[in-house]
This record gives sequence, structure tokens and C-alpha cells, in this order.
Amino acid sequence: MLAYLVKRVFQAVAVMFVISLIGFAIQDNLGDPLRELLGQSVSEEVRQELREELGLNDSFVIQYTRFLGKALQGDLGTSYFFKEPALDVILKKLPATLELVLGATFIIVGFSVPLGVYTAIRPNTILSRIIMGLSIVGISVPVFLTAILMIYVFAVGYGWFPSFGRGDLVHVFGYWETNFATLDGWSHIFLPSLALASIMLPLFIRLIRSEMMEVLQSEYVKYARAKGIWPWRIYFVHALKNTLLPVITVGGVQIGTMVAYTILTETVFQWPGMGFMFLEAVNRVDTPLIVAYLIVVGFIFVVTNTIVDLIYGLVNPMVNLARMGA
Amino acid sequence: MTLLSVRDLTVKFATRDSSVTALNRISFDLAKGERLGIVGESGAGKSITGFSLMNLLSRPGFIDNGTILFQGDDIVKMSESQMRSIRGNQMAMIFQDPMVTLNPVLTIGQQMVETLRAHRKLSQKEAEQIAIVKLREVYIPSPEDRLGQYPHELSGGMRQRIVIAIALLLDPQLIIADEPTTALDVTIQADIMELLLELCQSNKVGLILITHDLGVVSQMTERTLVMYAGKIIEAGRTREIINDPQHPYTQGLINALPQQTQPGNPLKQIPGNMPSLAAIPNGCAFNPRCEYALDHCRTTAPEIVQYAHVEVACHEVSRLHSDKSEERSA
Ligand SMILES: Nc1ncnc2c1ncn2[C@@H]1O[C@H](COP(=O)(O)OP(=O)(O)OP(=O)(O)O)[C@@H](O)[C@H]1O
Ligand SMILES: [Mg+2]
Repeated sequence: MLAYLVKRVFQAVAVMFVISLIGFAIQDNLGDPLRELLGQSVSEEVRQELREELGLNDSFVIQYTRFLGKALQGDLGTSYFFKEPALDVILKKLPATLELVLGATFIIVGFSVPLGVYTAIRPNTILSRIIMGLSIVGISVPVFLTAILMIYVFAVGYGWFPSFGRGDLVHVFGYWETNFATLDGWSHIFLPSLALASIMLPLFIRLIRSEMMEVLQSEYVKYARAKGIWPWRIYFVHALKNTLLPVITVGGVQIGTMVAYTILTETVFQWPGMGFMFLEAVNRVDTPLIVAYLIVVGFIFVVTNTIVDLIYGLVNPMVNLARMGA
Repeated sequence: MTLLSVRDLTVKFATRDSSVTALNRISFDLAKGERLGIVGESGAGKSITGFSLMNLLSRPGFIDNGTILFQGDDIVKMSESQMRSIRGNQMAMIFQDPMVTLNPVLTIGQQMVETLRAHRKLSQKEAEQIAIVKLREVYIPSPEDRLGQYPHELSGGMRQRIVIAIALLLDPQLIIADEPTTALDVTIQADIMELLLELCQSNKVGLILITHDLGVVSQMTERTLVMYAGKIIEAGRTREIINDPQHPYTQGLINALPQQTQPGNPLKQIPGNMPSLAAIPNGCAFNPRCEYALDHCRTTAPEIVQYAHVEVACHEVSRLHSDKSEERSA
């Protein structure tokens, strides 16, 4: 178990290393830090002096090593626009984004399992056909379009939900203020979460359905029937557990990907998270912030994948973590 | 006393625009505690017969006609919930490949306890106690420890012993074993068969043993059905069928046994293959492969009739029989 853990963490570090390299390459090539710092009207000598001072004339390797060393200490540079450490800017926005992802994950898990199971065990009912039909629509409509439609219908049209912002928040600790503590908070997070879930939910329904249908054909399900086990137990104990094993792996990766999708959703709903912030940073050519965002998102991605792999190892009796480390 | 009485059982598979017949008017009886072998080449319909008895045919297969009286009640007419209460309880099944029959994510204990509790009101503790007793009966060492193990932690032979223990959990009247050792290592096949025989005898459980292997049938069973292309073509006491087979197909199966061949000579296989369901020949289904076939064999299907000590479905059985007697006296 420990060996596996170490191996997995080692892989994660290697991936982070590559991400940091990409981040640095972007910083090196995108925009001119001197122009951001000094403006246009400064003489060439002063520029050269500052270049030397900032180490911009050093070799790539030295500059990168310096970048990495600072990054490891949590220093990802200073935002040109906010005049604050980039990491701080992001960490302030992070809770809003994570709550959005969490809301979408609730929706996806809460609906995809029952709907996937239902459409697998009753594939020919009208309801199943409707669910499958809608899922195709859900997959093919882009998130921003879904989001705009939702605002148009449920916020503007019916006025059931607010159309932008986070609403009433309750402070938890640090930078973290939560939507999940007040009714107003819930009503604000509902539509954005649903919009964010709109691509993944149908994907998961279809994934669970096809896995489940395959499992239901297996010998051990047939054998469970031959033992006279109740149908609900066959579906939810024998079949579902085997269905969800592969789904967990795919699912973990997808939830990581969802962090990237938040850029669109947050922009449409003016959700004050780091996706919205990222788009603004791009508009302002706020390079340190852009790079910091990439590194933080990469970090989240790597961490979720590692955790998912570990969970998979724990729930699957056939994966022997101790042996896999060897 | 009759435990099982099957009459004119016909099973079909629905195809896109019609259906094909997989079992064609199968009839046989099984007395309480009796052991019956079903033999035939691959595709004869042996497994389909086994699953029909449990009313467990999977789509597109369905029972088209016939009755299956089990302790006097017709399984074909039973509701799904009545059938569920019989499966695993009064009638248990042993599948071919123990590597894939046990659920990989449930422990041995969970899979045994759930079976008991599906049919009887028992506490977890009581069910575990019964499971341990049954594991001991199939000679599983330290059965208490097995309950917490997953199937992949055990060998194939061990897993098949557990499947046998599960079959015996609720003291069934009948066990249907579909090639229970084919997937196992040859060195342990005989052990498993011996165990199955011992347990069926000591518990007075009826057994339907499906196999390719006539040697196994002769050692395990009292009566035998020989199937070909969805029909029973010969039935009778196992001893008679092995020693004095009447149907040319049965004779072919027995001549193909390794024991019947002189060392060094090739095995005498029956020429040709079992027909597919969509292309069963007219008349006697075996006629294209039969060296005795005459014109009427190609047009009229023979009925199964009593002949000598067995029942046999062959027009030419008497001619064959006299040929053989001559051979013997010569
Ligand atoms: N789902 C299905 N659809 C169509 N035909 C099928 C289906 N399942 C089985 N069959 C056919 O039914 C026939 C009998 O199959 P069965 O499995 O009973 O054979 P068997 O005698 O058990 O053979 P084996 O020794 O290979 O197990 C075969 O010809 C097979 O191709
Ligand atoms: Mg078979």
C-alpha cells in the first residue's frame, strides 16, 4: 500500500513538473513584463538595467530553476492587475469554483446512477427512450448555449432563479465562503451547477447504462439468478458494484476536466470564481495570473486523479495495492 | 417417486423474422435422488435443457411448448416470484467455469449468506454457521477464514468446491451441473466429480449432469440421455447405453473414446459436424453423418421408441442391431 502510494505520488510530481515547464514557457513568451511594469515612456538604458536586475537576461535553465524554486514556496509571481501575489488572487476565487464543481458533481452522481441503472434494466420503455434521446441532445449542445438558454427560460422567463452572482454567502474559514448554507445561496448555485453538469450528466448516464448492460449479461449475474436472489439485490449489489468500478476511473478524470469547463459557465453566470477571473486575466494579458491559473488547475487535476486511483484500488478487491507498488 | 417430469419441451430462439428450434419435444423423467447424465456434442442443446428446467433462458430463447413438472407443479406456468423461490432452494445449479460464476466484488461469505437469506429467515450469524458447515462438507480447509475472502484469492478447484457448497446450502431436491469440471485442471477434475457423487448420494439429491464425457457419465449416473440437434436420440440406463449403444450416433461417441482406441491409432471421430439450428437436415438430423442412412432417413424423422433395453430414435436400429450381432458371433 505504502509503496503504491509513493509510486503514485511520484508520478503526480512528474506531471506537475511538466505543467510547471509549460507554465514557465508561456510566461517567457507571452507579453513583456517590462512594458507591464514600466509603461512605454522609459529609456532603453533603464530597461536594460531592470532586465538585468530581474534576471531576464539569464539563461533559460537558470530562469526556470528560479521560477520553480519560487513556485515551490508558493510564489507564482505577482498579478499585474491586482498588484497582489497571483496565488492569493486565485485562492480567493478558488472556493467559488470548487463549490460550483461540487454542485455539478452532486447533480451528476445523484441523477446518473438511478437513470443509468433504470435505462439499463428497462431498456425498452418509453421513459428509457426519452432519457436516452435527451442525453444525446445534452451531449451535443455546448455548455455556454445551455447556460444562456437556462438563464433565458428559468431566470428571465419564469423568474424562478437568479441569473448571476453567488447570492448570500456564509463565511466558513479562510477565503472560503459557502453557497450551501442559505436558501438564497442554493438558488444562486443551482442553475450554474446544472449548466456545468449538462455535458457530463448525459455522458455518465450513457456510460453507466452500457457498463450495466454488459454486467447484466455476465455469468455471475446469471448465477445469482439461479440462486434465487431477489432482483433488486442483483441489480444494486451484484451488478451496480461491478458497473461503478470502471465508471469511477473515467468519472474522476471527468470531474477534473469540469474545472476547465467552469470558464464558460462562470462567464455566462458572472460567477466570481477563478474561471471568470482567468478570462479577465487573458483580456488584460495578466501573464503571472494566467500561468498561476494553469498551474493551480493542473495541480487540482493531478490531485483528483491520484485520489481516484487510490479509491479505485481500495474498492476493487482484485487490485492489490501492496502488490502493485512492487 | 417422480421428482421431475418433462414432456414435449420445445424451446425456440426468436430470430429477426421468425424463430429457430433449439429443443424439439424433449421428454424424460427423473426419480427422487436419481442421477441422470445428458451427453452430446457441442451445440446439441444440453445447456439449453438445463436452463429451461430453471426457467432461466435468456433472450431471445423462450419455451414454446411442453410441461416441466417439478414435484407436481408446472415450472413453465409459474410466475417469476414462484420460480425465484425454487431456484437455489429446491433446485440448484452448478455452472461450468468457477472463475466467472462467483461475483468478483463480493466475498465468499456474502455470496453464501445471501443465498440462504433469500430463501429462509435467518440472522447473519445463523447463516454464516450453516455456510461454514457446508464448506466443511466439501472439504474446504479452515472454512471460517474463507468467508471473508474474495473469489480471486482462491484456486479454480477451490472455487468449484464453494459453488458445490452453495448448491447444497438449502438441501435441494435437484442439482443441475453443466460441465462442472471442464474449466478445471485435469488433475483435479476427478476429485470434484467424486465429491459431487459422494454428496449427491449421501444427501439423496437428484443430479442432472451435463457433459461431453461418456466416461464421466458411466461413473456418475444411473441413466443417460443422448442428445443430437435439439432432440433426445437415445435414452436408458447408463450401463446399457455404454455397453450396448443402439443409435449410430451413440456408437460413434463411444468409439471415439480414447479407451476404445488401440494406442498409436488415431481416435475414431464421427465425420462431419453437428448442424446449426438454422440448417437442421430433413428427416433424421443425423442422416448426413450416418453410414447406415437410407432414403426414408432423409425424409421422415424417426420417433423415439423402446428397443432392446433402451429407447432410441432410429429407423434402421434393427438392421444395425443384427449387423452387430453377426459381427460378434463371427
Ligand atoms: N442466444 C442464442 N441465440 C441463438 N441460438 C443460440 C443461443 N444460445 C444458444 N444457441 C444455440 O442453441 C444450440 C444449443 O446450445 P447449447 O448451449 O444448449 O449447446 P450445448 O449442448 O450445451 O453445447 P456445449 O457442449 O458447447 O455447451 C446451439 O446450436 C447454439 O448455437
Ligand atoms: Mg453447454
